[in-house]
Amino acid sequence: MKRFSGLVIAACLSLLTSSAFGADTIKIGVAGAHTGDLASYGLPTVNAAKLVAKDVNAKGGIDGKQIELLVQDEECKPEKATNAATKLVSDGAIVVLGHICSGATKAALPIYTEAKVVTMSPSATNPELTQSGQYPTFFRTIASDDAQAKLGVDFALEKLGAKKIAVLHDKGDYGKGYAEYAQKFIKEGGKAEVALFEGVTPGAVDYSSVVQKIRQSGADTVMFGGYHPEASKIVAQLKKKRVDVKFISDDGVKDDTFIKVAGADAEGVYASGPQDVSGLEMNKAAKAAHMAEFGTEPGAFFDAAYAAMQALVNAIDKADSADADKIMNVLRTEKVDTTVGTIKFDARGDAEGVGFSMYQVQNGAYVELK
Amino acid sequence: MNELIKSIQVSIWFMFLTFPIMVIRVNAIEKSVIWRWENLALVGVGSFVLSFIWRWALRRKEAGDAAAASGGKEAGRLSALLENPALRLPIQVVLLAVFCTIPLFVTTYQTNILISFLLYVVLGLGLNVIVGVAGLLFLGHAAFYAIGAYSYALLNQYFGLGFWVALPIGGVVAALAGVALAFPVLRLRGDYLAIVTLGFGEIVRLLLENFSDITGGPSGISNIPRPGLLDMQLSVAGANIYIYYIVLALALVTIVAVTRLKDSRIGRALQALREDEIACEAMGIDRVGVKLMAFGLGTAWAGFAGVVFAAKTTFINPASFTFFESAIILSIVVLGGMGSNLGVILGSAFLVLLPEYMRAFSEYRMILFATAMVLMMVFRPQGLIPEKRKTYTVSDPELNAATGGQN
Amino acid sequence: MDWQYFTELFLGGLTRGSIYALIAIGYTMVYGIIELINFAHGEVYMLGAFMGLIVAGVLGILGFPAPAILVIAAVVAIIYCAGYGYTMEKIAYKPLRGAGRLSPLISAIGMSLFLQNYIILAQTSDFLPFPRLIPDFDFLEPVAHVFGSSDFVIVATSALFMAGLTVFIKYTKMGKAMRATAQNRKMAMLLGVDSDKVISITFILGSSLAALGGVLIASHVGMVNFAIGFLAGIKAFTAAVLGGIGSIPGAMLGGLFLGLSESFATGYISSDYEDVFAFTLLVVFLIFRPSGIMGKAKVEKV
Repeated sequence: MKRFSGLVIAACLSLLTSSAFGADTIKIGVAGAHTGDLASYGLPTVNAAKLVAKDVNAKGGIDGKQIELLVQDEECKPEKATNAATKLVSDGAIVVLGHICSGATKAALPIYTEAKVVTMSPSATNPELTQSGQYPTFFRTIASDDAQAKLGVDFALEKLGAKKIAVLHDKGDYGKGYAEYAQKFIKEGGKAEVALFEGVTPGAVDYSSVVQKIRQSGADTVMFGGYHPEASKIVAQLKKKRVDVKFISDDGVKDDTFIKVAGADAEGVYASGPQDVSGLEMNKAAKAAHMAEFGTEPGAFFDAAYAAMQALVNAIDKADSADADKIMNVLRTEKVDTTVGTIKFDARGDAEGVGFSMYQVQNGAYVELK
Repeated sequence: MNELIKSIQVSIWFMFLTFPIMVIRVNAIEKSVIWRWENLALVGVGSFVLSFIWRWALRRKEAGDAAAASGGKEAGRLSALLENPALRLPIQVVLLAVFCTIPLFVTTYQTNILISFLLYVVLGLGLNVIVGVAGLLFLGHAAFYAIGAYSYALLNQYFGLGFWVALPIGGVVAALAGVALAFPVLRLRGDYLAIVTLGFGEIVRLLLENFSDITGGPSGISNIPRPGLLDMQLSVAGANIYIYYIVLALALVTIVAVTRLKDSRIGRALQALREDEIACEAMGIDRVGVKLMAFGLGTAWAGFAGVVFAAKTTFINPASFTFFESAIILSIVVLGGMGSNLGVILGSAFLVLLPEYMRAFSEYRMILFATAMVLMMVFRPQGLIPEKRKTYTVSDPELNAATGGQN
Repeated sequence: MDWQYFTELFLGGLTRGSIYALIAIGYTMVYGIIELINFAHGEVYMLGAFMGLIVAGVLGILGFPAPAILVIAAVVAIIYCAGYGYTMEKIAYKPLRGAGRLSPLISAIGMSLFLQNYIILAQTSDFLPFPRLIPDFDFLEPVAHVFGSSDFVIVATSALFMAGLTVFIKYTKMGKAMRATAQNRKMAMLLGVDSDKVISITFILGSSLAALGGVLIASHVGMVNFAIGFLAGIKAFTAAVLGGIGSIPGAMLGGLFLGLSESFATGYISSDYEDVFAFTLLVVFLIFRPSGIMGKAKVEKV
């Protein structure tokens, strides 16, 4: 009996010490697609988080506490996202960097809202996330889709003088949202007409019938909402079928993989993306650190993720507490220097000082158009 | 010696086969090739060793088959244990107690996984009525899961109906959809039926995706309320536990209902139809009516599960209901053992819990999962727990004498 | 009626249909002989594209001319995929013969998942550019806007290989053995047909054609990814059913029929409903004419 109670005491002690030890680190969740077909959008964020954490930890951590990353994969699937979110919440994450896809973010947010965990996404661009006001703990370091569609439409109408625009999308959440906003803005502008509004099937063997339909519609410009694999197929087939139109797309296409895959066909394609911040010192340093640590160039949303992580770390540091209200207060009031410039967040959670610019592929690289 | 040569042959063959994919990696942009010879060695050694195990396992399986054929009843230790009537009740009670109390001890995350597990149990049991009991190949179960989920989401969004009202409606709608699908396709048999149901499943998903005005299209529907408990506002963790108990109750009801169904008049008719349709019709079984019943009874459970799923995730979109989902549910039934309810439960434990707890293997978990699926089918095609057929023995001495004891 | 537009859509559908037909043949042959829906067949097509990419990459660096690369890449892809098809059958299907209908189906789904993840782990999950191997033919320049050189190569090569297959099935001893096995396996075995060999050959032939389709379509659209097999597989399967599953000419016709229908549906209605259309066609066909365009109605014996 004595031995038994001794065991119990030992167990209690070890529990106590382990929980005390647990409080010595600051737990930051990182959630997104780390496996599956969208992994290439999620992994750069993990790398960014690792780099910032390493940096901060090397300098002694936040108020002497080390950062501990809790990485959770959810493959961009809503049902898995809720699992990942509950896991992060129950593991004691103070803030969460993520999620990556808008759909998964939407599924996970009610859990964070309920648990009062500040969440910051580098890539979820669905307008509702901030504009609906339902998710007070949500922030993001990327501008929303409607801003992007507006930029694209304005560019098409004013700079390119488009008269007939074919609007295409990939039937996905992101692409269709962009296309619907584009259609709305074109109609409101009244300067051009929507010649075609169509969804293409992602992964279909080819798009020649859609391309013929674009020709038939007499469009002079194509606006495409979606990701680069479909865009490169459409662009290649437009060239092959000798359809001469201008091609404008979104952030999902403003990815260097697009140029690699589409090759010469990518020349002249316009795409909107986050403002070019590669000139910033901090940005260069982050990229160099990535090269040194992982041996590769950073991937999609790396800048935004790095900036988000910096903003979160800064907020936890300044707030001097794990309290969500205090952290949010810092995020909303204090400007912070990040890899995407000096930013702070508005009441809805969108970053001020982050915007989109138009890029064009020229000689095999995206060039920002001023 | 012979064995050794065989294994060397296998090893060389696999080294040849996997050479381009495993060894060469081309970077077309920088015009460079990386040769990963170490992988070749790995494949060579790996396939050499595995081929021994493979042949040993196959021999064992064949020996087992032969033993079963020569009269020795093949009864696994596990199923023997489970069939023991003395142990049956205690096991059930213990299991029930464990499942009833478990959410009080584990984290929300664990509860969440258990909810997924129980949902798949319900889905699997529903499909088991169609596939296992009635023997109809069915590849579109996810469509009815989707119908249930969207019933709740849409009824809530447009008419403000709550969870408890939507639960029966979701089940009924899914059942009606099942009957509506079944009506034209009843004539079809076997694989044709499988294909039609696959097509139907895809059509449902694509329609949900395309009717953006009603269903929200690919962006789905968010903010679906969790079930309320007497007007109380539950926390996420609390709501999760509450949902857990709802699903547990649903699963228990399903288990009882499906078990009773199997021994009912309809269940017997279904099993008879599975074996011989023509004989059944000659015996006066209403083939159309009974089969429609099977579809309705099977898909209704998918509808219930769908409603709970929508309430659990609070957000649904068509991407959750792909063909892959149907394939997983079917795999649960087949892996577990067609027609066996206990098998379905073990099957869903295998397919839902395994990938979740294999997260540590991160990038390797899907390939391990796939390998497990193939191996399971190769070495135990009848499933974990094969269906136990009811056997009838005639003990009428006069009859035995009349037939000369041949029966 | 705008005939120009109609022709454009028709030719677009022809290219797509040829690819469907190439893959569908594999499905239909396997089904004809062992009544298995080989879900991993789409993955063989994807593997073919990857093999082609790897060979083309190596040869491209060595400085081979594009047409030579295309031929070598296609040949290597065909050889390797034939090997994969053969091995797949030995591992995942052969031990399951006589184990009912569903077990091989699940095994096939497992195999399909396995091959996808094999590519992700051994190569990449990213989209890779596939070099343009088909040169622009001068004689097609006037019609390049509707029927380019890659369309030409795809349609011509598929037609050639399908004709070759038909000859093989019709006139060789092996072809005869295959037809006999498809009709009645037990009887064929009694008459001295080695059914294991027939099944192996079936997998080899089907996989070869899928590999060819993979290389051709990859150089047509210019990219490759581990996931391309799924949709192509399902569509090809639909095509096989439309033509009457089990019938080789049926698979060819079914492929063309599906390709053309999709093209016209996209052109005249909307590509939003492209897949809905294909699957509705499938369901309607199965309900009203389950034996497909070419299939014979099966008489159910009492």
